Amino acid sequence: MRGGCDNTVFYLIEQCLNGIQLGMLLFLLAAGLTLIFGIMDLVNLAHGSLYMLGAYFAATFVAATDSFVAGLALGLVATLVAGMVLEVIAIRPLYGRDHLDHVLGTFGLLIFFNELVRLIWGPAGLTIPLPSQMLTAVQVLPGVYYPLYRLVIILATFAVALLLYLLVMRTRIGMLIRAGASNREMVGALGINIKLLYTLVFGLGAALAGFAGMMQAPLAFVQIGMGENILILAFVVIIIGGIGSIRGAFVAAVIVGLIDTMGRVFLPDLVRTFLSYSAGSSAGPALSSMLIYTLMALVLIFRPEGLFPASSK
Amino acid sequence: MKLRVTPRNVFVVALLAMLVLLPVYSSVTGNTFMVTLFTRIIILAIAAVSLNLIMGFGGMVSFGHAAYLGIGGYVVGILAKEGISSGFIQWPLALVISGLFALGVGALSLRTRGVYFIMITLAFAQMVYYVANGLDRYGGDDGLTIQRRSDFGGLIDLSNRTVFYYLCLALLLATVYLVWRLINSRFGLVIQGARSNERRMRAIGFPTFRYKLTCFVIAGVLCGLAGVLLANHTNFISPALMHWTRSGDLIVMAVLGGMGTVIGPVIGAVALLVLEETLPHMIGFVSRVVTGQEVAAAKEYWQLILGPMLLLIVIYARGGIEGLISGRRRG
Repeated sequence: MRGGCDNTVFYLIEQCLNGIQLGMLLFLLAAGLTLIFGIMDLVNLAHGSLYMLGAYFAATFVAATDSFVAGLALGLVATLVAGMVLEVIAIRPLYGRDHLDHVLGTFGLLIFFNELVRLIWGPAGLTIPLPSQMLTAVQVLPGVYYPLYRLVIILATFAVALLLYLLVMRTRIGMLIRAGASNREMVGALGINIKLLYTLVFGLGAALAGFAGMMQAPLAFVQIGMGENILILAFVVIIIGGIGSIRGAFVAAVIVGLIDTMGRVFLPDLVRTFLSYSAGSSAGPALSSMLIYTLMALVLIFRPEGLFPASSK
Repeated sequence: MKLRVTPRNVFVVALLAMLVLLPVYSSVTGNTFMVTLFTRIIILAIAAVSLNLIMGFGGMVSFGHAAYLGIGGYVVGILAKEGISSGFIQWPLALVISGLFALGVGALSLRTRGVYFIMITLAFAQMVYYVANGLDRYGGDDGLTIQRRSDFGGLIDLSNRTVFYYLCLALLLATVYLVWRLINSRFGLVIQGARSNERRMRAIGFPTFRYKLTCFVIAGVLCGLAGVLLANHTNFISPALMHWTRSGDLIVMAVLGGMGTVIGPVIGAVALLVLEETLPHMIGFVSRVVTGQEVAAAKEYWQLILGPMLLLIVIYARGGIEGLISGRRRG
């Protein structure tokens, strides 16, 4: 197939890393979604729009400052602010409503943001050019080379995941977030400004989604609706992981990332051995997507609460 | 049942009269675009009414209802491509496959509730979406043009625009009547009872799962019918038929019109799609008045208005248009 056994192993490792990289991006989105769902009980379809906004902000600031890192940092702050403003203006009235209202209201926001982005940045997409020192490949194992930027994504998102863990488990804010998730009324009764807490959590979720968007942007294209398909994947992740559980989101994100990547790479070959060459090329992506949704259906049937149900609810 | 003269009833009757007389108007003025537009509206209204049966009355918020539009459409398209254009084969097969799919999806997803139900129905719809994307022989993600509409021998000629319009309208009225009879029957009362308190319904001896599953399948078949009509209307099928945002559109129609009644989604479908057509012109008009000159760009951004409007309806007018007219709120 691909020359010696060594090459196949290296290829496998490379694809594993790609899968983990996708998984980490999914985790950034899913962590925000699951926090917002766990604490505010809100289904947020506009989360993908924040992913898109993050990428557009970053593209703008990178172009303006001529610096990749400064552009990303400014973009992150802008997404955080946008998220908090959005929460105050549009999301607040939705708390306490039923989930159908959330779906409908945030669906409206999604339409709005797609159009707003088109109005501001135009229908053509943008790109974020990578700094030249990021364009190399590094040797991750003897004989295995991997693009540096993809490695940076994995490490950066892993660092963010760690920070998030520390924030939620080790700080006062995190304590309030966890308390808010298990008993909202009690936290409010104890004199905590629950409105402010909600705004902060929504902003945090927005920043995480925006970060995912801007990290992914240099590998793809910054375009309208870029957050929609990945949003659905992120929902799959939080369902598999258990709604409200950050740990579950992490594990499920990596599983989904690996299955999606591996499926795309290896299923076409598998189909080709049984059917024609062209059947393999076209059916591969379809099959790997189906694999993910099948996994989700199985999880829902056998463990309706997800793999790691949030302990207190 | 006595029909009283209320603002709401007057509105509904006026709407129906408008729908019935539309082809007459368009043949007098020669404006065929209106008939094409309203055929589409009527077809999507059938889909919205079917969604409302499970969502509004059964409390089952399906976020994957567009999958049935796709299944109905693809059965017609695939059979037509393989040379079978007889409607006597295409239509029943499409309805049966839609029903079987609904049976499978329902049997699995009705074990869950709340947001899990929303997400699992979405997941199944996504699966169908990706399958359609992978069907290379039938156009893959480019879609497939249907060479000729379903053939019913000499019985009815679907390629005649007016005949097709009245067929769709008749099927819409039949769907509305069927759903109305259903929800007022014992079956419908069990479904509505299960929505408000499922545990209590089970305690008094109703196997609610079976009732809900039956309801889910009926809705799937009705929406499959809408898919069959849509494929015949556009002579084209593509995976975009069942993109998840299309399922969102159907939910919007049902809620916009008002979920509490059978006719609500029809009003919602008309309102949403007419708004889609007219908002660009309205924005163009307003911007012309405000700035004093033609602002071509302003027309393109009508969704900037539509999005927040949905949010405002959710927040302030939960009964939808139907509720606004009859002065009733969704309970």
